[in-house]
Amino acid sequence: MKNTPFTDKHIALGAKMAPFAGYNMPISYTSINEEHQTVRKNAGVFDVSHMGEFMLKGENALDLIQRVTSNDASKLTAGKAQYSCLPNEEGGIVDDLLIYCIEENKVYMIVVNASNIEKDWNWIQKQNKNKVEMHNISDDTCLLAVQGPNATKILQPLTDMDIMNLKYYTFVKGRFAGVDNVLVSATGYTGAGGVEIYFENKGDNADKIWNAIFEAGGPQGLKPIGLAARDTLRLEMGYCLYGNDIDDTTSPLEAGLGWITKFSKDFTGKEFLEQQKQEGIERKLIGFEMIDKGIPRHGYEIKDHSGMLIGYVTSGTQSPSLGKAIGMGYVRNMFAIIDTTIFIKVRDKLLLAKVVKVPFS
Amino acid sequence: MNFPESLRYTKEHEWIRLEGDVATIGITDFAQHELGDIVYVEIETLGQELKSGDVFGTVEAVKTVSDLYLPVDGSITEINPKLNSNPDLVNTDPYGEGWMVKMKVNNTADVNNLMDAAAYQGVVG
Repeated sequence: MKNTPFTDKHIALGAKMAPFAGYNMPISYTSINEEHQTVRKNAGVFDVSHMGEFMLKGENALDLIQRVTSNDASKLTAGKAQYSCLPNEEGGIVDDLLIYCIEENKVYMIVVNASNIEKDWNWIQKQNKNKVEMHNISDDTCLLAVQGPNATKILQPLTDMDIMNLKYYTFVKGRFAGVDNVLVSATGYTGAGGVEIYFENKGDNADKIWNAIFEAGGPQGLKPIGLAARDTLRLEMGYCLYGNDIDDTTSPLEAGLGWITKFSKDFTGKEFLEQQKQEGIERKLIGFEMIDKGIPRHGYEIKDHSGMLIGYVTSGTQSPSLGKAIGMGYVRNMFAIIDTTIFIKVRDKLLLAKVVKVPFS
Repeated sequence: MNFPESLRYTKEHEWIRLEGDVATIGITDFAQHELGDIVYVEIETLGQELKSGDVFGTVEAVKTVSDLYLPVDGSITEINPKLNSNPDLVNTDPYGEGWMVKMKVNNTADVNNLMDAAAYQGVVG
């Protein structure tokens, strides 16, 4: 099992640790509910250094990115980032990812899920016909997500870069907490605002940045946050988690990711998805909330009022912010309508739920 | 972590306290800590005659769900009414206010055959 540069700190802080995507990661430090609220109401720090980063360089880098991803990366100018996915040719998703345009038409960084680093690398390499220079910098890159409404206010004194006014999905690169070559982007997967901070894993960079962040934020209530709260935060927003809500067999159109699927350009899997769009999808990812008491979990069956199986739960939890049980799942199209009542099979019982809009409210 | 000497324990992380032939059952400090924030305790076995090892209920935490196993043979006589509105009592006071059920024990000697605090401490390391 791999460690991140911060593993010792998590253990010293008393975090509950567990293997995640081959890394020894902090699941929770105190309580999921508490950590969740800290991020929603103030600010918290996630170690997400397990995520994968690839650099793509050269005149054909954009062509390759356009070929393998579904969103239109030609729209990116230096300093902008984009959410996208790698579709396969059978209407599934190899991974979802972020693309950072470091230098237009020349240098791009893509950020992928830890569990998919090798799969993504091979998938992209296979389509790299024009010998785009690719580097897997995952092991040499630290990533801390500082999320929450007070995150940028807390971090601003650590840098001369203007991060308080950073627009969503843009980034700056420069000196941060005495460390050079730090990329700060207004991204994150919590819906709480804040930034993600990428920097090189060398020398005492990791120590310096972690310590500076907590020295600046500690007095203001900034806390370390585990992966469990990361999951409840993203689920409240209705964001897909790879391996749960999307995978090699779910199409971006079914997953509600049509907005990152641009048919105005060519890409791997386009034909399949275009046809799927024309013919109409048979199932759709929905958000639902429980009416009966019970918590939906990944893999539970979804049924209609007659007891017919209409789909499966992909994610579920008790929502710490809303105080009710929420979930996502794929259902047959005709049930994917707001306010439709459905039943979730929780152990031996069919519990009433209804389809709702995401983000959950 | 706290494991009171006066209780007996199971490897499924339940504790049991015997008074006469009535036992109170809950989950250990270790179990509540492993589960994290408990949001729902579902017990629908009131009045049922169950065997040791039978599932008498389920506890839902934010991230996970876990079955509750009866430590000894007997029948469920009472469910902690407070858990319905305050399931977090299991986290904050697992051996006190966070108890789960009371049961009439068929054979009180069964309880003494369960692990004592020292033995349970060995199980959870």
